[in-house]
Amino acid sequence: MSTGALLRLRGISKTYPTVKALDGVDLAIDPGEIHAVLGENGAGKSTLMKIIYGAVQPDAGEIEWQGAPANVTSPAEARARGIGMVFQHFALFESVTVVENVALALADRMPLKQLAQRVGEVSARYGLPVKPWQYVHDLSVGERQRVEIVRCLLQSPKLLIMDEPTSVLTPQAVDQLFETLRALAAEGTAIIYVSHKLDEIRRLCDRATILRGGKYITEVDPKQTSEGSLAELMIGRTFPHTQRRAHHSGPVALELVELSASGEGPFGTPLRGLNLRLHAGEVLGVAGISGNGQAEFLAALSGESPVADARAVALAGEPIGQLDPGERRQRGLAFVPEERLGRGAVPSMSLAQNALLTGYGQGMVRHGLVDATAATGFAAACIKEYDVRCGGPAAPAQSLSGGNLQKFIVGREIGQRPKVVVLAQPTWGVDVAASALIRQRVIDLAVQGVATLVVSEDLGEILEICDRVVVMAGGRLSPVRDVSATSAEEIGRWMAGGFPADADATPH
Amino acid sequence: MLPFQLVRRAVPSRAMQWLTPVLAAALTLVVGLAIFAALGQDPVRAFRVYFVDPISDANGVSELLLKASPLCLIALGLAIGFRANVWNIGAEGQMYLGGVFATGIAIHFQEHWGAWTLPSMILAGAIGGMLWASITAFLRAQLNANEILVSLMLTYVADLLVKYLVFGPWRDPNGNNFPITVQFADDALFPLFASWWEWFEGTRLNASLFITLVAIPLAWVFVKRTFLGFKLAVAGLAPAAARYAGYSEKRAIWVVLLIGGACAGLAGVSEVAGPLGQLNDRWTPGYGFTAIIVAALGRLSPLGIPLAALLMALLYIGGESAQISLQLPRAIALVFQGLLLMFLLGCEVLVNFRLHRRGAALA
Repeated sequence: MSTGALLRLRGISKTYPTVKALDGVDLAIDPGEIHAVLGENGAGKSTLMKIIYGAVQPDAGEIEWQGAPANVTSPAEARARGIGMVFQHFALFESVTVVENVALALADRMPLKQLAQRVGEVSARYGLPVKPWQYVHDLSVGERQRVEIVRCLLQSPKLLIMDEPTSVLTPQAVDQLFETLRALAAEGTAIIYVSHKLDEIRRLCDRATILRGGKYITEVDPKQTSEGSLAELMIGRTFPHTQRRAHHSGPVALELVELSASGEGPFGTPLRGLNLRLHAGEVLGVAGISGNGQAEFLAALSGESPVADARAVALAGEPIGQLDPGERRQRGLAFVPEERLGRGAVPSMSLAQNALLTGYGQGMVRHGLVDATAATGFAAACIKEYDVRCGGPAAPAQSLSGGNLQKFIVGREIGQRPKVVVLAQPTWGVDVAASALIRQRVIDLAVQGVATLVVSEDLGEILEICDRVVVMAGGRLSPVRDVSATSAEEIGRWMAGGFPADADATPH
Repeated sequence: MLPFQLVRRAVPSRAMQWLTPVLAAALTLVVGLAIFAALGQDPVRAFRVYFVDPISDANGVSELLLKASPLCLIALGLAIGFRANVWNIGAEGQMYLGGVFATGIAIHFQEHWGAWTLPSMILAGAIGGMLWASITAFLRAQLNANEILVSLMLTYVADLLVKYLVFGPWRDPNGNNFPITVQFADDALFPLFASWWEWFEGTRLNASLFITLVAIPLAWVFVKRTFLGFKLAVAGLAPAAARYAGYSEKRAIWVVLLIGGACAGLAGVSEVAGPLGQLNDRWTPGYGFTAIIVAALGRLSPLGIPLAALLMALLYIGGESAQISLQLPRAIALVFQGLLLMFLLGCEVLVNFRLHRRGAALA
């Protein structure tokens, strides 16, 4: 560690009622460096950042800012010292303009016109194109992130914290962001880059601090460390790999014909004439950034929002567009929602009861009465087969970690022997080991002849497990490509909406 | 700003969740006795007058059960709705309609139907309550109107309907112009306990109690064992999960409102065909509303609700006894109800949250 550190943390600890989030963590940031904080979900990255930003107070440890002890008790104080943070989930008001959003966050008042001019200056200087008078609800996710960054930069921060900034960006937008960050660093701004994406960290960062289970593990130079060793440091053991297999697709299992739907809520995206054929024995990935019609698409598939034209969704040739989720399930459609607690599972209910939630057709209900033994048995089988770490079938869903609950939900859906499985963001927020298990099970499904549709923002995941890929942007679907016949660059371009219009989306 | 703030507990104690009603009842008792003392009464004597004397004889026990029975029945029905997040607070009106339907049969058909009169009245009462609740169900399920407002407002409509009937077409022609119907004949009344159990000689306790006694285990089986009960619980705990699983929200609204309406309607029958023996314009001491407190006090549990109903009935009767023996104002019973509800909600908050002094470190 160098002596002239901008920020130095020593022995930071933080305990929440049920978990020790941080345990004696050290971190030193030099001016002008891009420093990665790397760790799995639950490693304590977010808590550490919140402590630096003053949103959370540590139980123990010292913080030094520019060589002097500092006690940052609120985000306002952090901003006054020159610490800015861009959150993973943006804090923007959708119904007002960009410049009004910026004004709301500034400490001192300034006429909007003057402020708009400054926004323009900053955005031009750092290559962050932002139109000050545009309404936020009209902006794409990438544009919204630029607004957040510009808002931070207006306060000329000495330290900028970026929390998982690329989780919602296209590959092109990621490149653009990296250029901005490098320009900032060259001017002397230190950047803390929080992520679990190893390739990005190796491309961008000068140093990387690795956290695991709330503990400081080590500090490495990511450019000199292989992805494999970074991953091992991060998860503490060998990186699991999925086994691919040859792709043999069978008859059409799920077909969409001119599927249209109106947008959900004032800022939803309507679906405009989607056509798609999903075959038995294949894994088809729907790439794209959330907010481009994914929510509407998934609701139309699951039956949570039935569509007016019954024939727009067909399961093994049978029109099911107007059926509710229960009726679709009976016909062999299983669904793993993006939201796990509260939608995929009832938080306060036991795993056995959560098995009953959708698995009631598996002999758990007789003459209207619940067969608790059958439900418990089904839950126990899921727990065993999917290596769900929990207190048994009686454990409430909310007591499980995100990854373990997701394994349980995936196990519950697959355990009902469906013909078609739809998975939404199957490994979002799930630790590496659980992700690998879930991805392997999805690939295994295809071998058994099940048709699988994976809707995911994680392009790496789609390229890893899918046979074919289609991109959803602006409520439309791109042409379908074999994964082997496309590239991240092409998919990235399509994610930004640049795919051939009115192309035949069903080449098979 | 207050020097304290509420911080959510990570894991609320299960034992405390069950102790909440007991604690609330104990606190009500302590504060209630302090109020008696402040009113210049000897607290010990007041306690005896309020809580012991009223149930020290057959008549007292009979009155206690007579009040607890409809409270329990209505609360059982409401709790099923509350568990599903459907807030029917119009049980009072649904109960009126149960009474009206039963009365219609009693005064128009009792001469022809004989022994079939009472069973028909019971059925008609349940249907009346369900019909009234179905207006709320339709408005909520089909038109997305707020069921709290709709069901509450319909109670006042029901009240006016009762008044219209007893002041108008159903008024007893020989009733000296009082707003009452004729007295029901024996075929239209629940048999008295006194007719087969000597100890209850001279009391008003009647066979309508059996409706409640049957409803308790039925409600328990429904809530704990049936798939429909499970679906309703999911709808209440996690509406998005219910939609995801394909449990129809509309069906849930209809089912719970019809169950709540049927229970309230039956309670209405047990009143008009029980202690009243007729319909008049002011026959309820607000059972439909008090049952909401009973359901909350009983933790929406089919086993807790009967105990809560007994406690609430005791507060009613004790209040009457305190009026007579201690010359205390009528409002004293309402004060006790209010105290109980307030302590119940307060304990509930403190079970789920803890007080934290501002500025101190969050542990």
